Amino acid sequence: MVELCSSEESDSDAVSLCFQSLFFVLAVLFHFSQRFTTVVPESCMLILLGLVLGGVVLIANKKQLYQLEPSLFFLFLLPTIVGDAGYFMPARLFFDNLGAILTYAVVGTLWNAFCTGFSLYAAKLLGFIDEHVQAEMLDFLLFGALISAVDPVAVLAVFEEVHVNETLFIIVFGESLVNDAVTVVLYKVYISFVEVGAENVQTADYFKGVASFLIVSIGGTMVGLIFAVILGFITRFTKKVRIIEPLLVFLMVYLAYLTAELFSLSAILSMTFCGIGANKYVEANISQKSRTTVKYTMKTLASIAETIIFIFLGISAVDKSKWAWDTGLVSCTLVFILIFRAVGVVGQTWVLNRFRLVPLEKIDQVVMSYGGLRGAVAFALVVLLDGEQVKAKDYFVATTIVVVFFTVMFQGLTIKPLVKWLKVPRATNRKPTINEEIHERAFDHILTAVEDIAGLQGYHHWRDKWEQFDKNYLSKLLLRKSVYRKSELWEAYQKINIRDAISVIDQGGNVLTSARLSLPSMASRASFPEVTNVTNYLRENGSGVCLDLQVIDNIPGAKVEEDMETHHVLAGNLYKPRRRYQSHYSRHFMPLGEQERQDREVFQRNMRSRMETFKSTRYKRHKKERSLKKVRRISHRNKRDSLSLCSDPVVVPVETEDKAEHSDPEKDEDVGITFIARKAETPKQRPKSGKTSLSLEGCQIPLLPPPPPAPPSPPPAPSSPTSEDSHLPWKGSLGSPPPCVSLEATKIIPVDLQQAWNQSISSLESISSPPAPAEPIHPRVSALSRLGGPRPASYTPPGSAAGSTFSIGPQWQANQHLSPEPREVSLQGFLIHFKSGEATKH
Amino acid sequence: MGSRASRLLREEEIEEIKKETGFSHSQITRLYSRFTSLDKGENGTLSREDFQRIPELAINPLGDRIINAFFPEGYFVLVIFREDQVNFRGFMRTLAHFRPIEDNEKNKNPATEPLNSRTNKLLFAFRLYDLDRDDKISRDELLQVLRMMVGVNISDEQLGSIADRTIQEADTNGDSCISFNEFIKVLEKVDVEQKMSIRFLH
Repeated sequence: MVELCSSEESDSDAVSLCFQSLFFVLAVLFHFSQRFTTVVPESCMLILLGLVLGGVVLIANKKQLYQLEPSLFFLFLLPTIVGDAGYFMPARLFFDNLGAILTYAVVGTLWNAFCTGFSLYAAKLLGFIDEHVQAEMLDFLLFGALISAVDPVAVLAVFEEVHVNETLFIIVFGESLVNDAVTVVLYKVYISFVEVGAENVQTADYFKGVASFLIVSIGGTMVGLIFAVILGFITRFTKKVRIIEPLLVFLMVYLAYLTAELFSLSAILSMTFCGIGANKYVEANISQKSRTTVKYTMKTLASIAETIIFIFLGISAVDKSKWAWDTGLVSCTLVFILIFRAVGVVGQTWVLNRFRLVPLEKIDQVVMSYGGLRGAVAFALVVLLDGEQVKAKDYFVATTIVVVFFTVMFQGLTIKPLVKWLKVPRATNRKPTINEEIHERAFDHILTAVEDIAGLQGYHHWRDKWEQFDKNYLSKLLLRKSVYRKSELWEAYQKINIRDAISVIDQGGNVLTSARLSLPSMASRASFPEVTNVTNYLRENGSGVCLDLQVIDNIPGAKVEEDMETHHVLAGNLYKPRRRYQSHYSRHFMPLGEQERQDREVFQRNMRSRMETFKSTRYKRHKKERSLKKVRRISHRNKRDSLSLCSDPVVVPVETEDKAEHSDPEKDEDVGITFIARKAETPKQRPKSGKTSLSLEGCQIPLLPPPPPAPPSPPPAPSSPTSEDSHLPWKGSLGSPPPCVSLEATKIIPVDLQQAWNQSISSLESISSPPAPAEPIHPRVSALSRLGGPRPASYTPPGSAAGSTFSIGPQWQANQHLSPEPREVSLQGFLIHFKSGEATKH
Repeated sequence: MGSRASRLLREEEIEEIKKETGFSHSQITRLYSRFTSLDKGENGTLSREDFQRIPELAINPLGDRIINAFFPEGYFVLVIFREDQVNFRGFMRTLAHFRPIEDNEKNKNPATEPLNSRTNKLLFAFRLYDLDRDDKISRDELLQVLRMMVGVNISDEQLGSIADRTIQEADTNGDSCISFNEFIKVLEKVDVEQKMSIRFLH
């Protein structure tokens, strides 16, 4: 192969680097191969790759060039992984299980370390371990300390693929993070003991060891929390310099690690708690883009670091000069760590279950024992040993490599089948619904109150105290004012709404308009009870789509402005015509030909933009004036549309399932789509004010003729004189359901549009018309639409929307008709009016 | 107080409560001493005021609702009859909703459903919303609870849209209310057994 040929040239630096990148690419490719990685965990693959790579380099160079350097590992690789883990740690879950995590991390690790150390020493005394291994009791204890700690990198790598339930995961993973303090302290204490010599160790030194454990762990945690506060506080003021927000996050979290390292405190603890502590405030403060950047950068860096670590582990194992093999030591160590892990877990769980609300089951304990993976931390620590003082270092290195390989590869490979076989409850990757958000919050309050009533100062009591403190002081200090005022519940609501909207969008384009209109930023509209939102749409459509929207799913809608930005981003997506036609979208429509689909999309876009303009005008200025202007703009833009629309109303019936039941449109309050858009053209010279209302009056005039008694008929005016009809994109589907509007889509009502329109209509009606009867309008509308002459605008009384009529009001010249000052205002407007089921009924 | 507690609490009473609520003997005596310390009137019952005297409840957003839950007749009845006293049995019966479900209870026959079953836990929560006891959470009732749980910073409109959405999500029969069945359904994926349990000291 190419690699082999080139490796013969011994400019090995570049060559090996080349290999490495090649293997990284391979690793990435493996990632893509789903079927492969479901069987073989990525970490195993990476180690194997490392072994191969190491072998190639060794053959080429006769000596190993690359080693997992402890300094590289501790300064760069480990922090990226721990930082990622800490920052994205599910804090609530972590603190809910804090007791268990701390017990396993402290007691469990101490138990493992001492038992393994002493047992190995015993094995040595009994002669199971070869004479060559020159190690005293202290050496074995030291080795036991470094080999006993569960490794966060390995646990993450393996457990993330196994998807066990959250509680199990957080306990094992939390343990692997927190036990760092224990490992570090034990390691350092033993190193110092070894340095001074076992015989010089005094009793006081043991107490110093205990004290230093407290200092290292608590100190590390404090450093992390201090940096978390600083980070939160700084991000409060970065509104003007969004670009540095991600950088700040990385730097501060990393600084927490380095500072703790500097003071010989537990760096992993520091970083973890910095991440956990800062996450809430930082996420709320920084912008959406920064959030995404932080998330992706952290994840990317962490996977890179993970890849490098495992590959390096593989490479290092090939280097024979570094290690010496002793079967006795290796097998004893393997047996001991497995046994003591299991015994430790079972024993601690037995104690813990007396205090836990939800006891850990037997299968949980099996997985926890089996999931005690050792990894790169142990390896880096053993490489760091001073060969002068620890004579058996080479043996220890070999043993560590074997242990790491065994746990990561054998256990990592088998844990998945084991979990399946034991039927361990898996994690459900499910986002909470708004109901769950609300009710779980209520549950918390209830439990707190019950604890207070029962006089217990339990977990909920203290959590409530903490939340009070957080709300009264911390959040005030660390959150932006605009964010602080937002309620969490509201944010959860917005998050869910956005998520739904996105999944709707991803589902297909047909409902784009509607999805957009019910986005929560338009809260004012949402307060109308008849609003049907996206969730409802999804439910009714029977599609439980929840695409994995990792990117957007944890938006804590920080501010209204920021949310608006998000929505605009979404809106941008919405405008794209969809390429695929998804027939499942509307159960009412037959699949259409290519041409018709195209037309439909164009139509949809136009409609949307009209509504958009209408809406914005309404918000910014006087609405009548506005609508006219905007409408004009639109009609300019969409010449084709207005041309085709101008002559005739088109009423397209839509089949509704329930049409039969609704004989009286007026009584049907709940079904409706009412989607009203209007286009008008005004002369350039139109006076700014005063005339506008006139033009609207003009619009209304066609309504005035009393409705012919004849029942409306669905087909669009066979009598209509226009030849343009044939050009209408949707013309082809007349008499059959309109392609562009599905019932679902129309469910979502732009209520304010509708209301505004209705208001203006009714006011005009009262002014300029012979008293318009309050009777049902629909018959009139459709009847009118059949009349060739004055073009009717259809008018829907609010709330009466039933059935689906899809009528495109004619564009008409208002000045031809009765309006008082018709010359000044030539208004071409049309009304688009969807009504489900109505037309078909007639 | 402790001696008085044990004096007033007869053994057979403890046995009955034990049978009814599933609390252990020591838990019952412990809670009884709590009960008597709350009972400022020293008449063996707790009044609404006794509960309201608990300082933490004053800052609990749902505090008053939870106090109401201790008075089984429901709020309106209480207002009418002014019978706002709860004895120790009632006190324990309410607390029993929050006892964690133990392994040996899971397979019990469903006819004698214990107070701390999943359904009863949910029913307790449901009753907090359902003020008028029509077994439906209406929009107004939901809004009231939401208003209690959020601060003043959230506008009525926002709250209204949250309530609408919540109801739409849960409402399956289209009556714009959340019935108890809908309530159960919408929370079926939630680990209610854990999230509505507290650990009573042994």
